[in-house]
Amino acid sequence: MRVIIEPLQYDFMVRALVTTVIAAVVCALLSCWLVLVGWSLMGDAVSHAVLPGVVIAYVVGAPFAVGALVFGFLAVALIGAIRNTSRVKEDAAIGIVFTSLFALGLVLISVTPSQTDLNHIIFGNILGVSGTDLAQICVLAAGAFAVLVLKRRDFTLYAFDPTHALVIGLRPRLLGGLLLAILALTAVVALQVVGVILVVAMLIIPGATAYLLTDRFGRMLLIAPTLAATTSVLGIYLSYWLDAASGGLVVVVQGALFTAVYLLSPRHGLLGRARRRQLVNA
Amino acid sequence: MIRVEHVVARYGEVLALDDVSLSIRPGLVTGLVGMNGSGKSTLFKTLMGLVKPERGRVLRGPGSIGYVPQSEHVDWAFPVSVRDVVMMGRYGSLGLTRRPRAADHRAVADALARVELTDHAERQIGQLSGGQRKRTFVARGIAQDARILLLDEPFAGVDKRSEATIVRLLRELAADGRTVLVSTHDLHALPRLADDVVLLLRRVLFHGPVDEALRPENLARAFGLDVFEGVA
Repeated sequence: MRVIIEPLQYDFMVRALVTTVIAAVVCALLSCWLVLVGWSLMGDAVSHAVLPGVVIAYVVGAPFAVGALVFGFLAVALIGAIRNTSRVKEDAAIGIVFTSLFALGLVLISVTPSQTDLNHIIFGNILGVSGTDLAQICVLAAGAFAVLVLKRRDFTLYAFDPTHALVIGLRPRLLGGLLLAILALTAVVALQVVGVILVVAMLIIPGATAYLLTDRFGRMLLIAPTLAATTSVLGIYLSYWLDAASGGLVVVVQGALFTAVYLLSPRHGLLGRARRRQLVNA
Repeated sequence: MIRVEHVVARYGEVLALDDVSLSIRPGLVTGLVGMNGSGKSTLFKTLMGLVKPERGRVLRGPGSIGYVPQSEHVDWAFPVSVRDVVMMGRYGSLGLTRRPRAADHRAVADALARVELTDHAERQIGQLSGGQRKRTFVARGIAQDARILLLDEPFAGVDKRSEATIVRLLRELAADGRTVLVSTHDLHALPRLADDVVLLLRRVLFHGPVDEALRPENLARAFGLDVFEGVA
């Protein structure tokens, strides 16, 4: 019991737990679509590219979310422009755009007074989350969560068959744009927790793990957030008792769980596949 | 009903459709035949509004288009069941969150029964045979109550028995008064499948009854010589 209760005596630990679980759940929900649309790299790109936007927002005193949205869309527009107007392929375009914008963010941080705050954005600072941060995270997360849940069927159709979406009168480009906007907002939520570099892990691993466990998208939407919340709590507790980096540990636990599922999942794990092959051959 | 008037369309830099005019009647199955690069896909995309014609226009009767994509354009590992896919046919008429009502569940059940997939409704789509996969998407068009059905190479990777089932189904759907347009390069199936045939090679080379379309001199123009010996 002491293992569980002792950390909760500290306000900063409670805030850390709440923030991480909220961020992890929203990221996990979004990750289900990112994995299926094939937007993992895009998630990586957008989550890095928002950095200069967040720094500029900090400097001018605007909400982080606004800066992140602007630079998230700017990144996607630049990637599309390079891909469509030159012979450079998409993966290279993504690599060029997000590293350049991320680098711009690093430069801006280095010339902005009060660097300590902003460096937390890169590596995350779960234990230093303030009450105001938590409030902002809650608002953004609730917005993203609500849109994802309400429009989940549209997003799934968009991921599965955008052509059909178009012919029945839905607007796939709008849906794609909405998904990107949520990606940028979610990146803001998560980067305050695990930092820019590790956000992409929370945006991919839970969805990919759930994908190996079920053939039903509806169940993925339950499994991914549940796993993400559980691993977050586990990661935070481990970081308390091991006195190690909390953002890092959350992601390490998620990665370990993915590995276990990859090996052991009855349906799509290595072991399950091998056993089915044996049954077929026998 | 579909009417295409003097459509010119490019696919990238390539001129894919060069002054194409067509009138495709409801109540019939029309085969769209041409070799790779003949503009079949671009014509489909133009009909669906994915490609904007450079010149000319596309007119269609009331009602929506049901589209049965080529197999390689579908992610068969996607975690959806047959029933989920057929339900997607109803989304156009559903509210903000696309929550299905009782009538939608009934329409989906009817469509599944019509294509004889009721017993497979809960399967993940990747666990179906080639023919069952095609029928899933046809059922989506039925659930959608599409007045126009476009099928892109529906017989690729489909065994003979399933092919016969799909042909029968398409003929029934046409008999309901739908416009059914099927792109194919499978000339053997054509006489059983289609009433009318359009031979396409960037332009419309021929549009008329299937037996006339299959005459060697017509096919020769669409495919070049030697390709179809023994078919006609």
